[in-house]
Amino acid sequence: MSNDYDDDVTFTEYTFSEAELNQIEGILQKDLIKNGVHSVLLIDMAGNIIANSDNGNCDHDVYSLAALASANFAAVDTMAKIVGEDEFSLLFHKGEQESIHFSKVQSEFLLISIFGKSTSLGLLRLKVAEAIEKIKEFCEKH
Amino acid sequence: MAFVNLKNREVQAKIVFYGPGRGGKTTNLEYIYSKFRERIKSDMVSIKTHGDRTLFFDFLPFEIGKIMGYDVRIQLYTVPGQVKYNATRRLVLKGVDGMVFVADSQKSQRQKNLRSLKNLQENLAIYKKSIFRIPLVLQYNKRDLEKEGVSILPMVQMEKDLNGQLKVPSFGASALSGENVIPTLKRIISLTMASLQKVLK
Repeated sequence: MSNDYDDDVTFTEYTFSEAELNQIEGILQKDLIKNGVHSVLLIDMAGNIIANSDNGNCDHDVYSLAALASANFAAVDTMAKIVGEDEFSLLFHKGEQESIHFSKVQSEFLLISIFGKSTSLGLLRLKVAEAIEKIKEFCEKH
Repeated sequence: MAFVNLKNREVQAKIVFYGPGRGGKTTNLEYIYSKFRERIKSDMVSIKTHGDRTLFFDFLPFEIGKIMGYDVRIQLYTVPGQVKYNATRRLVLKGVDGMVFVADSQKSQRQKNLRSLKNLQENLAIYKKSIFRIPLVLQYNKRDLEKEGVSILPMVQMEKDLNGQLKVPSFGASALSGENVIPTLKRIISLTMASLQKVLK
């Protein structure tokens, strides 16, 4: 078999230890949920959930959400390339009650925040950016 | 690629149903969903056109129990089969762990099966995966059409066409009636898990 192919071992190239996952969920809780975000998911681009945290009042189907979010992100990313952009920097869907914000964490991960109308988009983006800076430390090691 | 969550002791793996348009990929998932309804906590997600053709993918997650102390969650996806949707097909293949190729047994679809299998090989290569190494099961769907007088390809012919080089497990099936749908699923799950288990050890 040519070396152009990976072997049939199909685990993700990254792993997070239990302690790292606890720390990541701690960051999501402290920086985002405590600031009014309803639910937050860290996923990879294949749609796997790495970490999630919510305010205890959410009953979303997070697995479907992660699959759709990764596909949506990939589709938008491909659209960006078609029109000659490297990427679209702001990805945000606004609803009457709930809104969703997407943010890339390095090239392999995606942070999805679901928040209500009492949280402003500006504050959310600021808090997401802060959380991502902290999470990046864990992702960089991989 | 399967993700192992060491905190929740959970493995998430992705199995994709591939094949030519109108071959029965979505029907496979619908049958699985109806059969395991009580075990599947979430709804089946379908992104389709107004004409009921798959536009992006169908998605069905379900838990299959524990392997070596890990809860195993399988995510089933289909791709859109129509030739024009290659870009979205490629996106769905990202991170795939196991594949079911659903071929259409109708004689008129012979070339489409071959083209779709070739297309799968090319799209896997983009992710540096070889069709010869990834866990793969072939399903020759629509065997039931023979009873209705539709001209279908003999199993031997389909084996020769599609499985001559691959030599992977294959099933004659009818996704509509459910015949061999679950055996196909069980087989791909066991192949995928065997491949993952080698690494978990």
